Amino acid sequence: MSFPLLTATAAVPAIGAIATAAVPAAKRTVAKWLALLFSLATLVLAAVVAVRFTPGAKGPFQLTESHAWIRSFGVRYELGVDGIAVALIALTALLVPFVILAGWHDADPMEGPEPNRRWRPTQGFFALILAVEAMVVISFEATDVFLFYIFFEAMLIPMYFLIGGFGDRAGSGGEEHSASLRSQAAVKFLLYNLAGGLIMLAAVIGLYAATADQLGSGTFSLTEIVQARADGKLALGTGTERLLFLGFFFAFAVKAPLWPLHTWLPGAMGESTAPVAVLITAVVDKVGTFAMLRFCLQLFPEASSWATPVILVLALVSILYGALLAVGQRDIKRLIAYASISHFGFIIMGIFAMTSQGQGGATLYMVNHGISTAALMLVAGFLISRRGSRLIADYGGVQKAAPVLAGTFLVGGLATLSLPGLAPFVSEFLVLVGTFSRYPAVGIVATVGIVLAALYVLVLYQRTMTGPVKSEVRAMPDLKARELAVVAPLIALLLFLGVYPKPLTDLVNPAVDHTLSVVDQHDPRPDVPVKADAEAAK
Amino acid sequence: MSSVASVHSLWTMAAEAPARIPAPKIEYAQLAPALIVLGAAVVGVVLEGFVPRRSRYYAQLLLSVLALAAGFAAVVGLAAGGFGSTKAKIAAMGAIAVDGPALFLQGTILLVALVATFTFAERRLDPAAHGKRVDSFAAQAAAVPGGDAERAAVKAGFTTTEVFPLALFAVGGMLVFPAANDLLTLFVALEVFSLPLYILCALARRQRLLSQEAAVKYFLLGAFSSAFLLFGIALLYGYAGTVTYAGIAEVVSDGAKQITPALADTMGNDALLLIGAALVLMGLLFKVGAVPFHMWTPDVYQGAPTPVTGFMAAATKVAAFGALLRLLYVVLPGLRWDWRPVMWGVAIVTMLGGAVVAITQTDIKRLLAYSSIAHAGFILAGVIATSKDGISSVLFYLAAYSFVTLGAFAVVTLVRDAGGEATQLSKWAGLGRRSPLTAAVFAVFLLAFAGIPLTSGFAGKFAVFKAAAESGAGWLVVIGVISSAIAAFFYIRVIVLMFFNEPKADGPTVAVPSPLTMTAIGVGVAVTLVLGLAPQYFLDLAGQAGVFVR
Repeated sequence: MSFPLLTATAAVPAIGAIATAAVPAAKRTVAKWLALLFSLATLVLAAVVAVRFTPGAKGPFQLTESHAWIRSFGVRYELGVDGIAVALIALTALLVPFVILAGWHDADPMEGPEPNRRWRPTQGFFALILAVEAMVVISFEATDVFLFYIFFEAMLIPMYFLIGGFGDRAGSGGEEHSASLRSQAAVKFLLYNLAGGLIMLAAVIGLYAATADQLGSGTFSLTEIVQARADGKLALGTGTERLLFLGFFFAFAVKAPLWPLHTWLPGAMGESTAPVAVLITAVVDKVGTFAMLRFCLQLFPEASSWATPVILVLALVSILYGALLAVGQRDIKRLIAYASISHFGFIIMGIFAMTSQGQGGATLYMVNHGISTAALMLVAGFLISRRGSRLIADYGGVQKAAPVLAGTFLVGGLATLSLPGLAPFVSEFLVLVGTFSRYPAVGIVATVGIVLAALYVLVLYQRTMTGPVKSEVRAMPDLKARELAVVAPLIALLLFLGVYPKPLTDLVNPAVDHTLSVVDQHDPRPDVPVKADAEAAK
Repeated sequence: MSSVASVHSLWTMAAEAPARIPAPKIEYAQLAPALIVLGAAVVGVVLEGFVPRRSRYYAQLLLSVLALAAGFAAVVGLAAGGFGSTKAKIAAMGAIAVDGPALFLQGTILLVALVATFTFAERRLDPAAHGKRVDSFAAQAAAVPGGDAERAAVKAGFTTTEVFPLALFAVGGMLVFPAANDLLTLFVALEVFSLPLYILCALARRQRLLSQEAAVKYFLLGAFSSAFLLFGIALLYGYAGTVTYAGIAEVVSDGAKQITPALADTMGNDALLLIGAALVLMGLLFKVGAVPFHMWTPDVYQGAPTPVTGFMAAATKVAAFGALLRLLYVVLPGLRWDWRPVMWGVAIVTMLGGAVVAITQTDIKRLLAYSSIAHAGFILAGVIATSKDGISSVLFYLAAYSFVTLGAFAVVTLVRDAGGEATQLSKWAGLGRRSPLTAAVFAVFLLAFAGIPLTSGFAGKFAVFKAAAESGAGWLVVIGVISSAIAAFFYIRVIVLMFFNEPKADGPTVAVPSPLTMTAIGVGVAVTLVLGLAPQYFLDLAGQAGVFVR
């Protein structure tokens, strides 16, 4: 038996979480370094996964592992990755060290006498981040629906403690007030996602009952179910398939989040610390869009096509609604949250456009959005920690006091509005082209989102960074070495992937083609004849 | 006319010289689990009378632990001997079934009782009086609450040990209850385990009036339900001319063949069957705590001494669901189309009712009581499946649920302030900051109650919902997950309270327990995680145990 690489990639952060949690109360710094070390080890393993993975090789999944787990439920411990999963695992493993580094001091105990020597927030904070990483990685790897479901649900718990337990020191109404807002946001996050997950549980059980009924023994294996459908052994029936699809999609749409199920996100991102907000939007939420690609489309291809018009409209509403609300925000973090809702609309639109460009673009979008939001949000977090306020109105002229901070903030913002030359441009363009080729009207309306993105990003920059220097801002220190170490690699990556996205597209495209072939969708023929050399040039 | 004839025939029957009464044939070895425990209970009573007070505690504790362990060993022995599967049989002249479900449930009850005994024996939590450590039970149960005798007893640091034999009697009854194979044995077993429980409920050391009130409520409502059960048994006897399960089942499916002359008018009368079955079910649903027969649950859970609450919540539920399963699967399968819609309704209102009402609770014990009602609803969803999977999923759920419950109530005993246990939810604010470990353990139990993956609660919930879905009860599953979502809200609320709220200045402290309670909590956590991460072995066990003997 070969080395269980995928298991190791998920197990390392899990072990790291336990090790970090076990560090004694006084050794806070040890816990931090331990967490960073484990997240870097995970990054190395993720890199090994990416190297060992051969894009375009035969079969839907590679590096597969399969063991019996709960026979009575037909559950197997089945792991495997396709190009999409590899890209997202790499994204996760890449972002978590930056999240840890950016949150280096976020969980330090308050000044003054310690209330209890056994209360160890710092250890808990970093252990929870690693626990989330482990669960996210394994849900990207799982090819067994049940196994996926378990970690999809279980990751809510550490996430919930991260949101509710740790917040900015910068509440507007004092610590008491911000703690209560925070725990409200955490509860809202948990209830939304739990409700989505439980609806999905009903659908998971329904899927099992259907397979048990028609295949003799119930199974949750994605490959088996897809194969059985292709062989005609498994026919869910239109009504059942649609109900099951809706059950799955509901959970993923809450997680993603898609309008009108998005209302938990601004609160959760606004009230939590910037690194946790990055963890939510750049890492955890990606599981939702990823699962749409892997599970919704492949398990229920016909129902997916059936639901496409409605989902596209909802995605469109997400794009415009998120962008419009972002324009109107007064709180920096909530602004970024609404911008994310808009971007998730693009991702979902790309997925359900059912073209190779759209889905390839959507996958790239997941990665690029992760990096660009991380950059913007973390710099915003540094900014907020300096001034102690999240309100845009409290800033002004920062670029004179802290030019590097302002500059990096601008690059993060430009990436968010998809400036050509930065990575998100490539994916947004692909999504729009892919959507346009099948649903021109939807593609056209979606472009309005880009205009609005320019508006909310540039207005944000103008109000906070330019103009007369506010007195509270005058003495603001610029980025420290640790903070630069967080931001610089992210910006470098944005530039690199903006100019040369080929490694990523090569990785992703075969997986997208496979998904489309399962769904039995083909790219629409071009209306105008395309010359061969024009094709080659593209 | 005819009634006269039947009365007449009754007299003539009675007047005839009785045939030779056959000597009863009792398979003692196969009844060993219950016999050991009941025997030990009798010995416990004797010990109570003859052993000096200072060594009684150790003698009783040792006896209880040994008896429960021996009973469990006997269950394992019987199961290993094949009585759970191939050699399943009906023993004691048709009174007791020795089969898979019975052995599985007996094993669960014995383990639960063993762990519960540890919490009964805990004497480190209350501050010591005159160097004497005291437990959670009344210093002198006979003393009037608030009276001089009580004050003197408390001041002297009295402790009593009558709880141990009482608990053993209750366990003995519970062992027979799910194995009962005729209605009379069922009734006797019910009374044998209920009466000691009524007394145990009244024995709280603190807040004795509340405790006694709970006991009286439990007793009165329990007496009502016993009366319903007994009346139902009488009607079923009138219908079938027999009280054995197999006999009634035969009449239900094939109609009455040999008419007993005395019952000529009633036998085979469907009205009797339906009313009788409904009344018997009512009696069992009362013990299960299903809506609308749940009224006693919150008061009794709140008033009873917490170790007793834990024991009762776990073991009674196991025993009662076992009996309910056997009744529905062995006696009334022929009536399936009649009872399924009703049980559907009961399951739905139980799930939703328990979950919704729990939201407004402000006392942790009452909250857990309503949560137990919601869980009864989930288990009923598995009961309704009427399939082999249904049986084994219910068995698994019961095993998983009972250890979570025991552990949760054991944690409740630890959180104390000057007035004893601090069960007011508001007092639990910030517990996670004062004692992170205790709060984390309790959070694990709450997450298991909520059915979060990687805990036993999820595996159990999945098993029963799967069984329900496969039997075509898809909508029941949907309502089940909706109530799970509602239920999750109040479990989460407690977690919020413990971890995200600031501790109050005069908040409770967490007592450091002796290894006894630690063992109980440790076992609870271990079972919760093992059944959540690697449930296969136990699912197999429950699967093998999923066939009733007829």
